Amino acid sequence: MKSLLAQHHELSQSGRQLQLLDEVVQSAAITPFKEKLKTLGFYPLKPTGIDILQINVGKLCNQTCKHCHVDAGPDRKEIMSRETLEQCLEAVRTSGISTVDITGGAPELNPHFRWFVKECTQLGVKVMNRCNLTVIFSNKKYNDLPEFFAEHKIEVVSSLPFYNADRTDRQRGEGVFAASVKAMKLLNAVGYGKAASGLILNLVYNPTGAFLSSGQQVLEAQFKKVLHEEFDVVFNHLFTITNMPISRFLDFLITSGNYESYLEKLLAAFNPATVNGLMCRNTLSVSWDGYLYDCDFNQMLDLKIGEGDAMHIKNLDLNYLNRREIIVSQHCYGCTAGAGSSCGGEVVK
Amino acid sequence: MKTYYNPEDLKKFSNIGEFDKPLADKFFSWYGDVFAEGALTAREKSLIALAVAHAVQCPYCIDAYSEDTLAKGCTEEQMMEAVHVAAAIRGGSSLVHATQMMNKVKELTM
Repeated sequence: MKSLLAQHHELSQSGRQLQLLDEVVQSAAITPFKEKLKTLGFYPLKPTGIDILQINVGKLCNQTCKHCHVDAGPDRKEIMSRETLEQCLEAVRTSGISTVDITGGAPELNPHFRWFVKECTQLGVKVMNRCNLTVIFSNKKYNDLPEFFAEHKIEVVSSLPFYNADRTDRQRGEGVFAASVKAMKLLNAVGYGKAASGLILNLVYNPTGAFLSSGQQVLEAQFKKVLHEEFDVVFNHLFTITNMPISRFLDFLITSGNYESYLEKLLAAFNPATVNGLMCRNTLSVSWDGYLYDCDFNQMLDLKIGEGDAMHIKNLDLNYLNRREIIVSQHCYGCTAGAGSSCGGEVVK
Repeated sequence: MKTYYNPEDLKKFSNIGEFDKPLADKFFSWYGDVFAEGALTAREKSLIALAVAHAVQCPYCIDAYSEDTLAKGCTEEQMMEAVHVAAAIRGGSSLVHATQMMNKVKELTM
C-alpha cells in the first residue's frame, strides 16, 4: 500500500484535513472543540510544564498501517538529520526535560538512531522508543535491536492492535501479528516484560475500526491472558489509544461511511476529567525537520507552535513555551473521549 | 425511503423520558446497574446482550451491542458463537414443543 502522499491523495494535505474536520462539525451540528473547552472554562489550554520531548525522527517505516496518522511507509523519505538530532540533545541537556520519547515511522530506520539513543542515555534521561516490532526482521542489521534496547535499558513501546492475527493484520499488514509475536519472544528472551528485570515492554492498543476502546484495565488482562497462554509472550502494560480522525484513519472513516457518526461518538464521549491530564500539556513534539508542535497529531496537521525559526528546536525558548496557548482543533475530541487518550494510554485512571 | 426502523432513532433512545421521565429515569438507572461489572464481567454481559438482541430481533440492540462487544475486545468468533447460542435456543424452543406434538399424535393414533 502506498502512502497518501505517494498517491497524491487530497488527504495528504493537512489543510484539506482541517477543512473536512471543520465541515463535519458544522454539518452535524457538533460543538467545535474550542467552544467546548470555553464553556467548561478550560480555554485557552495551557501547558503544565515540559517533561517529555517526543521526537519524530522520520516518516520512513517498513509498514504501511491503514490507520497511521503519520502517513508513514517505505515510500516516505523524511528523516531527521544528525544536525537536528544534536539540536534535540542540546535542548534536553539545557532544559531539564526528564523523558525522551522517540517515534516515527520506524525510528530504528533513522541511520543515526543508535548513536542518538546512546547520547540520550548518557544524559541520564528516561528514553522510550516506539518500536513497531516487525522492524527487527526487516533487515539483518536490525536483528540485534532487542540486545541493543536492553543494553541501554530503554523502554520499548510497541503497537499491537489486537491479540489475534486476523484483526492485527487487517490494520497493519499481512503477517504483522506473527512477526510481532516473534519479536516479543526475542524481547522477552533478553528480559523485556519480565518481573524484576527492570526492562519495560508496553503494548499499545487502538481499535481496528470506527469504534472506541472500552476499559484499558480489562483489555490489558485479556491481552496478557491470550498472549501468554497461546503464544508464551509477556509484557508490562497495555496503553489504549483512540484513533484520531486524521490522515489515513480519516480516509477510512470517509470511504466506509463512518465519518460523521465517529465524530458524533467522540463528542458524545467527551470527558472533562481528561483535560487536566492531556499529553499536550506536558509534552513537546519535534518534527523530523526540527519544528515544535503541541503533540504528534498537531505535527501531522502542520499546526506549528509559533512562526518560523523562532519555534525550532535549535531555538528552544522554555519561557515562551511554558506560557503558550496550546493549539486545538476538532481532532482533539479524540484525546478527550471516554477515559482519555494519550501516548501513555488512558488519561483518567 | 420510509422504514419502521431508522438507525438515527437509536441516538434518540434517551429521549423516551420526554413522555414519562420518572419511569425512563428508573429504567436507565436499572439498565446501567444491570450492565455494570458484577458476578459476571461487563464483557460477558455485553456478549449476552448481543445474543439476546438477536433472539428478540432488535436491530437497534444488534447495532449497539455489535459495537459494544468490539469495544470490549471480543473477537468476531466470540460474537458469532453468542449469536449461535441465541439461534440454538430459538430453534430448540420450537423443537422441544415437538414432544407435545408427538404426545398428541400418539394419543390420537392407534
